[in-house]
Amino acid sequence: MVFLTRRATFSASHYYWNDAWSQEKNEQIFGKCARRSGHGHNYTLEVTVAGEPNPVTGFVVDLKWLKDVIEREVLEAWDHRHLNLEAPEFAAGKAVPTTENIAIAAWKRLAPVVSGAGGAHLSRVRVYETPEIFAEYRGGQ
Amino acid sequence: MSATAGKAYFGRRYPLSASHRLHSDALTAAENRAAYGKCNNPHGHGHNYVVEVLVGGAVDAETGMVINLADLDSVVLERVVDRFDHANLNLDPLFVNHAPTTENLCKAVFLLLDGTVQPAKLEQVRVEETENNFFEYAGE
Repeated sequence: MVFLTRRATFSASHYYWNDAWSQEKNEQIFGKCARRSGHGHNYTLEVTVAGEPNPVTGFVVDLKWLKDVIEREVLEAWDHRHLNLEAPEFAAGKAVPTTENIAIAAWKRLAPVVSGAGGAHLSRVRVYETPEIFAEYRGGQ
Repeated sequence: MSATAGKAYFGRRYPLSASHRLHSDALTAAENRAAYGKCNNPHGHGHNYVVEVLVGGAVDAETGMVINLADLDSVVLERVVDRFDHANLNLDPLFVNHAPTTENLCKAVFLLLDGTVQPAKLEQVRVEETENNFFEYAGE
């Protein structure tokens, strides 16, 4: 098994808010992140795919193909957008766009496409919100 | 609020600057020099370390978090950064009988944090001594 990682960047705005809570509780739990005008980050997405190198090409997956998949499935939906207002998985009443949930949502967008291509599978998604803060998801329950 | 599936991981990096000297009382002066080279110079030297803490757990359906960043910061600053930042590692009681190699620092940080990052679980500690070398410990 060989692991291949492709990195991509996107910039997006968000805020943290739970509609089931009062404004006071949102501000207490989420701090500055609860400000409804939102704020933004330069995110870095690391997508790790695992598989055996193809005996003819030597590729686990074609890096250009993986780049296109990441752009189509994730970046088109999230790059230069407001996650709460424009990304369906983070709409009001759905998941809070924390770094953890962004990693899980990226996984859900990418896993079927990577597996559907045959051979390789998605192994890990890591999302850096800043160079010092990241979350990752490896699938499963 | 929709439930989010399964286990996720959250990581946070903390810079700290400290000095150390690699030296073992169990070795002769010549053996220390052979084992540790420049790192055995008598007056020590320092590094800008980066401690990377990785915790794992269920994503809370209400907050969307494995752990609240502010809570993790508070624990790591109190138990690790305040202890080692701008300090001489050789003077710390943890390194009286162990050379303050980055391997040993990494294990020490793991043991200082293990069990203190509820509701998450400590998964791994990575300590970067320079940009080109780092050490990881995930428990026994």
